[in-house]
Amino acid sequence: MAGGLNDLFSRLGGRRPDGSGAPTASAIPTNGDPVYPTKALPKFLATMAAKPSPALLDLGPVVGGNVSFFGEELGCHIRVEDVMADIERHTAAGTLDQLPAFFRTRFKSEPGTVDGILCWDVFDYLEKEAAASLATALTRLLGSEGALLGFFSTATDPGRAHYTKYIVVDQGNLRYRAYSGTRVRQRSLQNRDIIKLFESLRVSDSFLMKTNMREIIFRKPAYLAGL
Amino acid sequence: MWKRDESPKPATPAPAPAPAPTQAHTPAVPVSGGDFRRETGRDNVNIGKSVFIKGELSGSEDLTIEGHVEGRIELKENTLTIGPNGKIRAEVFAKSVIVLGEVTGNVTASEKVDIRDNGSVDGDVTAPRVAIAEGAHFRGAIDMQRAGQGTKPKAAAAPAPAPAAAAPTPAPAPAPVKAGA
Repeated sequence: MAGGLNDLFSRLGGRRPDGSGAPTASAIPTNGDPVYPTKALPKFLATMAAKPSPALLDLGPVVGGNVSFFGEELGCHIRVEDVMADIERHTAAGTLDQLPAFFRTRFKSEPGTVDGILCWDVFDYLEKEAAASLATALTRLLGSEGALLGFFSTATDPGRAHYTKYIVVDQGNLRYRAYSGTRVRQRSLQNRDIIKLFESLRVSDSFLMKTNMREIIFRKPAYLAGL
Repeated sequence: MWKRDESPKPATPAPAPAPAPTQAHTPAVPVSGGDFRRETGRDNVNIGKSVFIKGELSGSEDLTIEGHVEGRIELKENTLTIGPNGKIRAEVFAKSVIVLGEVTGNVTASEKVDIRDNGSVDGDVTAPRVAIAEGAHFRGAIDMQRAGQGTKPKAAAAPAPAPAAAAPTPAPAPAPVKAGA
């Protein structure tokens, strides 16, 4: 009897509130946060999946769902270093000028030991010098053929003072969840500026999304692995 | 179909509630100090708010800590719950770990680590499944090995301490996250 009821319920309501019933976009839980497609994330995941037990560095705030997602998809070693919190702290303290020096010593991992870096949109909130310093530090951390995923807004309006958590819904979709902050986005980086930031890396994939977000994957050439 | 259960009742009366723990009872979790309380009917030991333990804590029962513990906690076959008042400064090894309080130190679980809302972990987490609630605090690294990957040597990554390798058999493979849009 119970089996029959279960069967009936499953036919009537295939979609469960947690969205596990059907992996379509419409099945994604709607709690006010917009969900946008991503093209770079699947490429990034494919890159990581090629490595056994990859080491991943996430520069955004801790998002439990993302930790589960990357951990279960990749079986990886994830280190979360909330750079947005660093930016917020320096903004609140009025010490943004110290960020370049701060980034030089921010990361404790050994150079060349990270397989993938999730930068999200961190660079949109940095001044030129701080951005260059962070880019150099991240480039050093990447191992041979390591990948770095960055989002760069191309919107001309710098926007409001808030940050965004990028929550992985599935391989092709991200939920953008805004949370409060005091730092506004800085001017949009041109494509050439972005490439110049990571000049020792090569652009593997670049997508300009309808959300005015440029999603770029950089890879570290094998010949630079020791640098 | 809905008949009351009319099976013959035992002649002896129903067993009384579990007796209060006596002094002679040997605790399964050796504690170096303070008091402990065994909850009736459940294999769960509770270390109260006022208890401070320094040293090594090990056992074979589920444990809830509301007090302070410094040192090392080992419950390889059981669940460790750090209650909202719990403050741990220790290396933790357990089957499952649920964090509602504060943990400073590395946490290794053979099944799952669950950091709940307002829970805080400052240290590295190693487990096949890790859940971090919105509102939880976490600082450190997370090592989630896919099933069957636990003892596989890492290719080029940083040599992290791998206590998971010493843990018992890994949990069944976690359900893959749904993919595709």
